Amino acid sequence: MRRTVGALLRKEFLVELRTLESVPGMALFAVSTFVVFHFALDATSVNGKEAAGVLWVTLLFAAMLGVNRLFVADAEQGGFDAFLLAPVDRSALLIAKALALLAYLAVFELVAVPAFGLLLLEPSLGQSMPDLLGVLALADLGIAVIGTLVAALAVQTRARDLLGPLLALPLLVPIVIGAAKASAPLLAITAPGASPARWLLGLGLYDLVFGLIAYAVFDFLLED
Amino acid sequence: MIQLSRVGRRYGEREALRDVSLSLPTGQTLVVFGPNGAGKTTLLRILATLLRPHTGEVRVLEKQLPAQGWAVRGRIGLLGHEPLLYRELSAAENLRFHARLHGVAESRVAEVLDAVGMKDRASEAVKTLSRGMVQRVAVARAVLHEPEVLLLDEPYANLDPAAREQVAGLIGAQSGCTRVVCSHDPGGGVAEADMVLGLREGRMALLKAASDVQEGEIAELYR
Amino acid sequence: MYGRGLRALSLATAATWTVALGLVFFYAPLEADQGFVQKIFYVHVPLAIVSLCGFVLGGVLAIQHLRTRDARWDLRSYVVIHMSLILGVGTLITGSIWAKASWGHWWVWDEPTLVSFLIVFLLYATYQPLRFSIEDPERQSRYASVFAIAAGAFVPLNFAAVRMSTGYVHPRVLGDTSNLPGPMALTFLVSLLAMALLYATLCKYEMTAKHARGQVRALRRKLSGEAQAQGRSAAPTLHSGSSGPSPAPSPRTAGATAARSAGASSAAPATSSTPAVGRPGA
Repeated sequence: MRRTVGALLRKEFLVELRTLESVPGMALFAVSTFVVFHFALDATSVNGKEAAGVLWVTLLFAAMLGVNRLFVADAEQGGFDAFLLAPVDRSALLIAKALALLAYLAVFELVAVPAFGLLLLEPSLGQSMPDLLGVLALADLGIAVIGTLVAALAVQTRARDLLGPLLALPLLVPIVIGAAKASAPLLAITAPGASPARWLLGLGLYDLVFGLIAYAVFDFLLED
Repeated sequence: MIQLSRVGRRYGEREALRDVSLSLPTGQTLVVFGPNGAGKTTLLRILATLLRPHTGEVRVLEKQLPAQGWAVRGRIGLLGHEPLLYRELSAAENLRFHARLHGVAESRVAEVLDAVGMKDRASEAVKTLSRGMVQRVAVARAVLHEPEVLLLDEPYANLDPAAREQVAGLIGAQSGCTRVVCSHDPGGGVAEADMVLGLREGRMALLKAASDVQEGEIAELYR
Repeated sequence: MYGRGLRALSLATAATWTVALGLVFFYAPLEADQGFVQKIFYVHVPLAIVSLCGFVLGGVLAIQHLRTRDARWDLRSYVVIHMSLILGVGTLITGSIWAKASWGHWWVWDEPTLVSFLIVFLLYATYQPLRFSIEDPERQSRYASVFAIAAGAFVPLNFAAVRMSTGYVHPRVLGDTSNLPGPMALTFLVSLLAMALLYATLCKYEMTAKHARGQVRALRRKLSGEAQAQGRSAAPTLHSGSSGPSPAPSPRTAGATAARSAGASSAAPATSSTPAVGRPGA
């Protein structure tokens, strides 16, 4: 299993490095969205709840771009068949793709979050960064799992770019709830506080439950 | 060996395959003829464990499909219409990926690439290769894991005569594998066959030993 | 097969509804601060409860479909979700009317049940477009089942999450059914029963209709001797003789479905083999 996931990840990153289809687009989209928010909110800076809102909406929609592209190369170039012909555990594809999406999210957030701090955030990011990283990690995990499941569902349909986000967004609402509530105190201007553990726990639980569900049903999406 | 017993597969209300039964002994070659849409590709994909039969029983290498498909996957090689190669990666990178999936030593990659005559262009992205070259790399992919059963869908389609000779050792009768070949070439096809199957609209129209096939019988299928 | 008991069910539904409406208008007392408008509660909450249970039931039926590969489970799952979606529209509309009448706004965000419901509704609204956009019928059923399972699991999780997010706001009467006085509780329960029966009847009607349509198509196909081009559709169709998985994996299910196949479809294999044999030899 580990060997298979490793092989899939290597191929995944190799293709992404050659085509640069997902990550640069996500990063650019996020920065552009911050600019749009500046004009849309008519504000030079945001803090607290608004900051959390702007950040998470942007991250979420940028993530949708990555989700849309996740299985496209495989669907169009016979990647599914290649994998299905191999004597391997089929769940490896779910794990590999979710890890890949997680990696893409992490990389693009390396650009997006500092950009957010620079462009729109009133308090500085420095102090609350470690806690914010924790929230980002938990939320990204959930986005990765749900994103992979939804991407696999959507890629075989005719309207894949539309259905992907439509399916994903309601499923991601609990993650947005948890992430926004957890990061609002971190981004507050008056003495940035700590995130209530309750939200982190909630995020973690949601990630776990959906991870298990995805693991259980994924095989049925692959076979014919 | 391959055994099919009243195998059927539907696509919605249309029956892509219906009531197909045959038995192919180990090491022999079955050539399948039939017009487009007759079900040849469906049959091949069922044997490759990519599709599950809706009715009937399929046994490949003593294992029942689809229940025991996992046991035969590493022993079957499929060469379909699609090369199953990532265009942005090189031939070598593609084959290394397949090698890792199949648990095959990476040294074998160089070996097969050499055998199909693609050693020199192994590091170039697949999208830069001509169709004939892509087909050669696809052949390499299909035999990389030294399968016992070969499933070939018009394998010589994009190959020039020189290339054909080169790959014949790998996927032709000399390979020693049990083979199922889909073909549109009556002359050449029957020549390399031990058994001939004719499909028409998903049903068996013809099933004979190659030596018993009469003049023009294959052409009849396409009428 | 599906039509059995339909008349009895319809009559039971009609009867229960009559009783329920009678109770609502003549028996249940007027609520102190909201007045007559509060009576919409007896429609709104049962709609919500039945609809949500329907969504979760759709997921359970989908699990059965994936386990047995029997297309009929997919049909049941589809119909159940489809009906729940319709009831869901009803829930949102009645909820909105109640909110407007009681608090002056067409929508309120601090009512966790209503908000959760909106999210669930938005998710399930993609069910039919998802189905419609997959052409291969077998794959369509399979993918729809995967969706139904994930979405069915999502329903309770979502309610928990939204409730957490509006945790400390005073919940309004909309969702609070825990301490109802006697007559109101009775009216509510009868209304709930009536709604559940209505739901069951509508589902049964739709399943019967689809099943009958499938049989007509099958007969037509046998008569004309070839498959008709089938337009794309979001709904699963049942074909004759397809209501069973391939025999090898589960003989038990195959035997059961063979026994339950309608009379018309069992005649099909015999008639269709004759024309096929005739053609190649010609």
